[in-house]
Amino acid sequence: MSNVDLSVKIGSLTLRNPIMLASGTVGYGNEMAEFTDLNKLGAIVTKSLSLKPRKGNPPQRIVETPAGMLNAIGLANVGVEVFLKEKIPFLKQFDVPLICNIAASTIDEYVECTRILTTEETIKAFEINVSCPNVKEGGLSFGNDLNSVAKITEKVRAVTQKPLIMKLSPNVSYIAEFARIAKENGADAVSAINTLVGAAFNIFTRKPKIHNITGGLSGPAIKPVAIAKVLEISRQVDIPIIGIGGIMDWKDVIEFMIAGSSAVQIGTLNFIDPSAPGKIVYQLEEHCIKNGIEKISSLIASYQL
Amino acid sequence: MLIINSPVEEIIEINRHIYLLKVFSPQLTSIIKPGQFLNIRVTERVYPLLRRPFSVCDVDGEHLYLMFNILGEGTNILAHKPIGSDLDILGPLGNGFNLDGDYETAVIVAGGLGAAPFPYLTRKLNGKKNILSFIGGRTKDDVITYNLMNVKEASDDGSLGFKGNVVQLLNQNIELLKSKKIKMFACGPTVMLRALKEFCLKNDFECEASTECAMACGFGICQGCPIESTTESDKYLLVCKDGPVFNIKDVVI
Repeated sequence: MSNVDLSVKIGSLTLRNPIMLASGTVGYGNEMAEFTDLNKLGAIVTKSLSLKPRKGNPPQRIVETPAGMLNAIGLANVGVEVFLKEKIPFLKQFDVPLICNIAASTIDEYVECTRILTTEETIKAFEINVSCPNVKEGGLSFGNDLNSVAKITEKVRAVTQKPLIMKLSPNVSYIAEFARIAKENGADAVSAINTLVGAAFNIFTRKPKIHNITGGLSGPAIKPVAIAKVLEISRQVDIPIIGIGGIMDWKDVIEFMIAGSSAVQIGTLNFIDPSAPGKIVYQLEEHCIKNGIEKISSLIASYQL
Repeated sequence: MLIINSPVEEIIEINRHIYLLKVFSPQLTSIIKPGQFLNIRVTERVYPLLRRPFSVCDVDGEHLYLMFNILGEGTNILAHKPIGSDLDILGPLGNGFNLDGDYETAVIVAGGLGAAPFPYLTRKLNGKKNILSFIGGRTKDDVITYNLMNVKEASDDGSLGFKGNVVQLLNQNIELLKSKKIKMFACGPTVMLRALKEFCLKNDFECEASTECAMACGFGICQGCPIESTTESDKYLLVCKDGPVFNIKDVVI
């Protein structure tokens, strides 16, 4: 409908627009495809994959909180082997970059997963989850340790030529340090932010509302935190940032881009309105037309402080 | 699965604090099966944020009915929806009850709001199978018999019907149940389903039970509603997608 250029770049990967679907909120694509034309999106990120299948945490895994939700799914996933055999054939039919999110309990497991998956041509990039708050091993114990993030980035970098994105935790004092160490060790981009650690109690039983006791907080409640973290990275480190955290509409996307994001991921919103991502792409284009923005990439880090 | 805006036509209080919401939605009524559910977005604002799942209570022509009580902010908004306003519905979701099978009498077992899916099931089976309904609740206000047939009531406090829970009532009618070729359809609190499962295993009754669990999406992507399978120990089933109706033998309750 116009000549607006919505494309953005994440390292060597060009996306047709900045809208990505966040890991853990799109399964392996098939359910979302019923509501949103995946081919219209910038990219989709798979549910975190581990080397072996993971059963995940017992119920209750989810509770709603004001303007947000806590989840402690526990990285339930089919594992690398089943993913390649059973999920890739469906995903292959789409003309949308597929990014594999990898979660692991050990550094070797991150490397092994990436080494196996990188041979699959449908996979265009990797997002390394070093920030899951809901598992005992790996997850945050890596994500808030600079040396671990450095080592994981370096070792995974060594086994793949594809763009490497490190998904960072907000549960640290200075997120920019993690972005810097990721860049120094070969990462092409960072995703920010993963969920914030949260908890909620039933005041009558005095028990936690989710089985894991703590969970990851997502949704619009965390957006200001995410914007601040994106801005912090943007001001200090020269690396593409994928902004994540509570995006509910196109205006939130613009805000994330102004704060320094090259692209964004939509997460919790997919649970509420799985048709929203496609609509947001359209609305972004409308906004650009109305405001004379020829290239949406011109918004990236365009903050006026 | 559809995401659709359908107008609210009526909100009726059928028992104390139990509401029935009538919605005009020909697109949905033509495809819904008994036992399936809808995920409702009660507001476009960010609180409450998530949709609320409700089983389909009844379908009459091009109208569908939802039954609920006011538990929190979401159901409070729902109970006060202006007549004529649109309801944002995602559905139909999940697998409903399997009405087929070699049985003559459908035995409906429900506790409290667990009665919600059975008016539609009763409507579908009426004239094809005999129907017996065993309906329980804490007090007479919680025993919901709306649009059910051949009802035997139980209340914990004895204020209506049999004094005790609904599984005790089934036990009292065990000879009647054993004399017929039955299939059970159940929905209710976990404690009720747990006792019912034991009762069914002991007496070798076939039973399909509708389960519930907190969930975000309702269609499989959030993985928020696991239920333990009795046959596969290495993975969970999902209440939203693999259920909410299961053969009671197949899940750990």
